[in-house]
Amino acid sequence: MIGPMRRVQIRRGAYVDSVALMQVSKQVGALEGVTAALVAMATDLNVELATQMGFQVSETGANHMLIAVEADTDEAHEAALAEVDAALNESSLPSSPGSDLEPAPALLGAAARRLPRDQTAVALVSTPGDHAFVDAIDALDAGLHTMLFSDNVSIEQEVSLKEYADPSGLLVMGPDCGTAVIGGVGLGFANVVRPGPVGIVAASGTGAQQLMCLLDACGVGISHCLGVGGRDLSEPVAGRSTRRALELLAQDEATELIVVVSKPPAPGVARAIRGHAASVADSHGVPVMFALLGPGEPDLTASARQVVEATGATWAEPRHWQSRRAPSAARRAGGSLRGLFTGGTLRDEARLIATERLGPIGTDLADTAHTMVDLGDDEFTRGRPHPMVDASSRTDLLLAQIDEPRTSVLLLDVVLGLAADPDPAASLVGPVGTATEQGVPVVVSLVGSRDDPQGLERQAAALADAGARVHLSNAEATRKAVDLVEGAS
Amino acid sequence: MTASPLPAPEAVVTAGASLFADAIEQQAVAVERVQWQPPAGDPAALAAVMGDRRRRDANARALHAMLEAQSHLVDVLPASEALGLQPGEFLHAGPPVDWERASGPMRGALMGAMLFEGLADTPEGAERRLERGEGVSWQPCHSRGAVGPMAGVVSPSMWVFCLRDQAHERTSWCSLNEGLGKVLRYGAYGPEVVERLHWMTDVLGPMLQQAVRSRDDDPVDVKAIVAQMIQMGDEGHNRNRAGTLMFLREVLPAMIDSGRPTSDVAQAVRFVSGNDHFFLNLVMPTCKLQASAASGIEGSTLVTVMARNGTDFGIQTAGTGESWFTAPAGTPEGLFLGGYGPEDANPDIGDSAITETAGTGGFALAAAPAIVRFVGGEVPDAVAATQRMYEITLAEHPALQIPLLSFRGTPVGVDVTRVVRTGILPVIDTGIAGREAGTGQVGAGLVEPPAEVFTAALHALAEIA
Repeated sequence: MIGPMRRVQIRRGAYVDSVALMQVSKQVGALEGVTAALVAMATDLNVELATQMGFQVSETGANHMLIAVEADTDEAHEAALAEVDAALNESSLPSSPGSDLEPAPALLGAAARRLPRDQTAVALVSTPGDHAFVDAIDALDAGLHTMLFSDNVSIEQEVSLKEYADPSGLLVMGPDCGTAVIGGVGLGFANVVRPGPVGIVAASGTGAQQLMCLLDACGVGISHCLGVGGRDLSEPVAGRSTRRALELLAQDEATELIVVVSKPPAPGVARAIRGHAASVADSHGVPVMFALLGPGEPDLTASARQVVEATGATWAEPRHWQSRRAPSAARRAGGSLRGLFTGGTLRDEARLIATERLGPIGTDLADTAHTMVDLGDDEFTRGRPHPMVDASSRTDLLLAQIDEPRTSVLLLDVVLGLAADPDPAASLVGPVGTATEQGVPVVVSLVGSRDDPQGLERQAAALADAGARVHLSNAEATRKAVDLVEGAS
Repeated sequence: MTASPLPAPEAVVTAGASLFADAIEQQAVAVERVQWQPPAGDPAALAAVMGDRRRRDANARALHAMLEAQSHLVDVLPASEALGLQPGEFLHAGPPVDWERASGPMRGALMGAMLFEGLADTPEGAERRLERGEGVSWQPCHSRGAVGPMAGVVSPSMWVFCLRDQAHERTSWCSLNEGLGKVLRYGAYGPEVVERLHWMTDVLGPMLQQAVRSRDDDPVDVKAIVAQMIQMGDEGHNRNRAGTLMFLREVLPAMIDSGRPTSDVAQAVRFVSGNDHFFLNLVMPTCKLQASAASGIEGSTLVTVMARNGTDFGIQTAGTGESWFTAPAGTPEGLFLGGYGPEDANPDIGDSAITETAGTGGFALAAAPAIVRFVGGEVPDAVAATQRMYEITLAEHPALQIPLLSFRGTPVGVDVTRVVRTGILPVIDTGIAGREAGTGQVGAGLVEPPAEVFTAALHALAEIA
């Protein structure tokens, strides 16, 4: 049995930096049969190290390379020296650094800093509600108007965020803001509509979409649509973003007329905002109109008509498509109207309208009476995609409604536009056909513009072919559905 | 005519659902996507700190002070004179630590300092006195505005550099660097260590003092040398070769003119030029002056100290004064000398992370391709390390530019909120000390702070937000 053999080699004038050599030492030391290795410049310190390791070194010199190897066999020694050469060779290989290595930004502020200085930008935050406040602050710190799609942001944080933004003159669009269009760029769920003179302030995503699509159908375009979040006109938030949006639009050259659209607002806040709007209108010469939903208030279609006429354009009644499929069964006399919506405001508007004639409308699918639900609500979107993004996610619920014997009429919305399902009709024609066959009429409120990527005509035609009655006005669709319920009972 | 208040966006910055980013790209608008991840710590605490309306302005002021700070070498003195250290008083690196929790290298360095000061005759005797606290005490260098590499032990007779920031009228101090291998700061205390310290006190210190004082009207601008070294392949923490030579260039004529024996001058020059880390002990107090200038600004989330004592890693922030936020220090990963390996490594130690605090060291890794293999990789890894640091810092250093990144400034000013939000921890270059007292250096590599120190600082900031 031969013990380990220690061998030392000195290579003169072979300078390599110490870090590279430490790595070489490591590689050589890892070879089979090698029990210890030191590859280093032969400085006093390193020679001392080698001595401690049991090597005898005769020569020192900062420009000499010391190769000290302890190995069991001659073969292992040879392999070690070969490894030294290979590793040294490798360590001097060129490798190209590059600026393309920059990692993806981890924060909005950092992302904003990467943009060219003169580039105009906005921020869109859709992170989980617990964290969205912080991301929005970051975007505001970067000097960006910020759209906050995230929901589940507390109302205290909403107020705090809007107060934080106030001194900088920046707009907080949200939280829970689904729709914005700034200078023709759609953010979130937005329709592709023509540019024009109308500026929209929207405390309601699908309300704004309905309005801009009805205007577009009459040839009236929009300058911007600024979402402010569904709670902006509540007592605590007190219209903070609505005020800012009014001011921004009043100063905007492209905007000649402003419309404020909202879910039912807090009355006191609505009064204050009307007052503020009057002063903005006075000082900038830009009239402000209101489309605030509520009992006794005009529906969105009526408001759209007022706006169209205020611009001097001609109002044309929104289009509708008749069912192109005859029912194969007799009308079912179930008695209840079931509305399954993807847009909260569309549901609210339909409820207001239907209540006038049918009495109370529930908001729970477990009700067997008249009911209208917003499938975009958390309770339905937990663990499944938003039905506006993936229309197939409400197929099961639709079929369940058809199976429910008391269902008399189905009312659905289908919202087209950017970020929405690329072909919602494809997922809906099945259930619509089934309902039609079973004597349950389906009325569809189709919110879309002629330039939306899904193809308005194609979507309407597919739904009508399956048996649905299709209306571009949500209010009209609702009235048609109520007619059908009343006609059946 | 002012610009439109609502210009059409040419770009949209997005965080969250990729669906929306995709929809914007389909409109032929540029999208900058954030690689978002949930932040650490209590979301309410983070919200409180981010929503603190003092924060932006406070951080801007803290950063401005940090970048404005100057650093001139104005004197070299014994610590007893410079810092008023009394016999038996010692300074050390990192947050406070008692003997019981002190690591091997920290104990070894304190023992060596006892032997050097003549407070004990044997290592065992020194250990006994330290353990019992007989007439001895120690406190962090940072508590006195000083910094010390590795164990950072300073005793009254040791000479220190005195650096002055005229802009903020502050001074910082650091010991003279002893070289590599078996040295006090790595916890070695053998006769050669003590002998070297005596020579530094008897010969090197006084000679440097004379040289420095002879340039009274034109003190060495250390910050300017740091800026130059970053463009010469040094990062100012694990590589200080260019800095050391530039410093020697500044003081060499005065050393020769000192009238001291030629043999002493030659030995001093050989000592300085043969120790690539000599200048580290000037980079550190320069960085300390920058960080100190930013301290004590209410509402600021800027990190002003990162330091380790071999047991704990501690940080301080501008908004929380001199409170330490500590957690157990990690053990560096890297390459080892000779027969040493990872099992010999002590947990992270030293005040030298003040370099990263002020935008050098690991943050400037892209400037030092020669040492990138400590990262276990290639030049692109060093570039990536520096680039990652831009995510957690408030600015790019106007004076410290990295040629490889088209002279982009180094990332500077670690923001507690950004660390917590991104989960990206500061990258710190470091030497590795032997775990056993008396061993000395065993390697060099990279280390990260424990994430808990940043969440602890965040929670403290939230309480006063």
